Amino acid sequence: MADQLKPGSGPLDYGNRLWLKILFGVIFFMLYVPIITLVAFSFNTDRRGIVWRGFTFDNYVKAWNNSALIEAMVNSLMIAFITTIIATVLGAMVALMLWRFRFPFKGAYEAFMGLPIVIPEICMGVALLLFFNETGMMGAIVALPWPLNLSNIIIAHVAFCFPFVAIVVRSRLVGFNRQLEEASKDLGASEWQTFWKVIVPFMMPGLVAGALLAFTLSLDDFVITFFTSGPETVTFPVKVYSLVRRGVSPEINAASTVLIVITVVATVLAMKLQAPQKSGKG
Amino acid sequence: MPSPFLLASIQGSQEQGESGRVLDNWKDNKNVFWTLAGPGTFWLLVFFILPLGFLFVMSFSDKAVIDGEISITEYDYLTGISNYIRSVDALYLTIIWKSIWVSALATVLCLLTAYPIAFGICFASERWKPLLLLLVVLPFWINLLIRTYALIAVFRSQGYVNLALGTVGLGPFDMLYNNFAVIFGLVYVYMPFMVLPLYATIERLDKSFLEASLDLGASQFTTFLKVTVPLTMPGIITGVILVFIPCLGSFLTPDLLGGANAIMIGNVIERQFKAANDWPFGAALSFMLMYATFAALMLRAFLAKRSAGVDV
Repeated sequence: MADQLKPGSGPLDYGNRLWLKILFGVIFFMLYVPIITLVAFSFNTDRRGIVWRGFTFDNYVKAWNNSALIEAMVNSLMIAFITTIIATVLGAMVALMLWRFRFPFKGAYEAFMGLPIVIPEICMGVALLLFFNETGMMGAIVALPWPLNLSNIIIAHVAFCFPFVAIVVRSRLVGFNRQLEEASKDLGASEWQTFWKVIVPFMMPGLVAGALLAFTLSLDDFVITFFTSGPETVTFPVKVYSLVRRGVSPEINAASTVLIVITVVATVLAMKLQAPQKSGKG
Repeated sequence: MPSPFLLASIQGSQEQGESGRVLDNWKDNKNVFWTLAGPGTFWLLVFFILPLGFLFVMSFSDKAVIDGEISITEYDYLTGISNYIRSVDALYLTIIWKSIWVSALATVLCLLTAYPIAFGICFASERWKPLLLLLVVLPFWINLLIRTYALIAVFRSQGYVNLALGTVGLGPFDMLYNNFAVIFGLVYVYMPFMVLPLYATIERLDKSFLEASLDLGASQFTTFLKVTVPLTMPGIITGVILVFIPCLGSFLTPDLLGGANAIMIGNVIERQFKAANDWPFGAALSFMLMYATFAALMLRAFLAKRSAGVDV
């Protein structure tokens, strides 16, 4: 075999194969074209949204003036905000506990924590619907002032969000050098001071990443909210669902684009924080 | 909805383990232990396990008959397994069976598209790798409902696909509200779940095995089939389960893309709790779905254990 191998054309340089590049192109095209057209057509002047007729912000103005849509958005943001706070605290505590202690049936406990993650969403949704109904909570909260009338949804969201937070925070804690904790105690700090001055600062990127994740999960959830929201309360995804069932309209595109931007920004931030620090960590 | 990043971090944290670090015994510091464990455990017990318990009881109950009329709101609890017997009726069995094969087909298609993607990313240059990974995962962060809505705009009878086909004189075709739309939607929505575990295993694969196989005269195809695929089997299994489970329990995709023609078990459950108002039966179907999910998870654990020796 006297073939001269050009750099990048060796038998293992699959990354340079043309067929693979074409396949990549096709699959990414299929992944992105629907989303890109959705965003692009939110700026379209054509009502039916099929042919491009010209650039406009009208659809955003219309969405902004649609009070039902705005109300749903405000509800969603409020739910996501409260859920994030509760879920981050609960998740961080569970993460600390799992990181620090050994106890009997730890494996079973971890599986129990993972249950809301693996169980089909619809099962969790209907179980909570039944629970809120049977305990009378569904009827009781309707009379409460905003935002307390969102309590059922918040309770449900916290239940599926905080195990995720626990996983993120725990994977951060794995990198903690416990000698720092010992050093702090040797230098006279109490357990409580060590916790706040040494462990919490170390956990912080994990906490922020977990919080952003809980925020996006809550903001995006449709299935569980669909079952746990009463007839009076509407969240943004539930509202969009009812609009989508009636057909395609540029207004939905505009509203969707706003939601896409919010969640993508939150996630990119979370990913940046979660990524293992490379060089320059000091 | 679990995210691939988390799944990656789950795998990561399990691998790194806490080996080499002695964990405190919970008995040494009971106050701290209970303070940390209490709230989360309480929340999950009351707002997750207890509701599932309610659902379990409901699945063995029936609507109460008061004065010869079937009540809408009252139930006779723990009357028997009639709901489960009904759920294996021919009608529902067909839907369950259909949900299984639709999910299986979607999973296979996911595997077939995701494998070359994961493989390509692993062999891409270091400069491109993070970007390509981000591109695969980014759609995942966009709301499921919105992505499904985006597909409707593409596939509907005045959608872009039909518009494009129309310019070459074809169509219009009915691409929505059938099994094709549901399967395409499921593949579209859950592909990232497949790419990430595959990527993780292919990345760890010792490339010298491939070199050895090629040096010893095997063709690229044989090498792929006899070396790469067996060595990346753990990733394939994880990916298959991660896609199959959410597909089986999906409600939104068949609801919006399948309409009345392509309902899956999730839609039947939803109908029992909303329109049909037959909660006991819906509860029984939910448990059938959960048993199927747990069976898939157990299969994964079993296969993972068996292939543990292969994972070099």
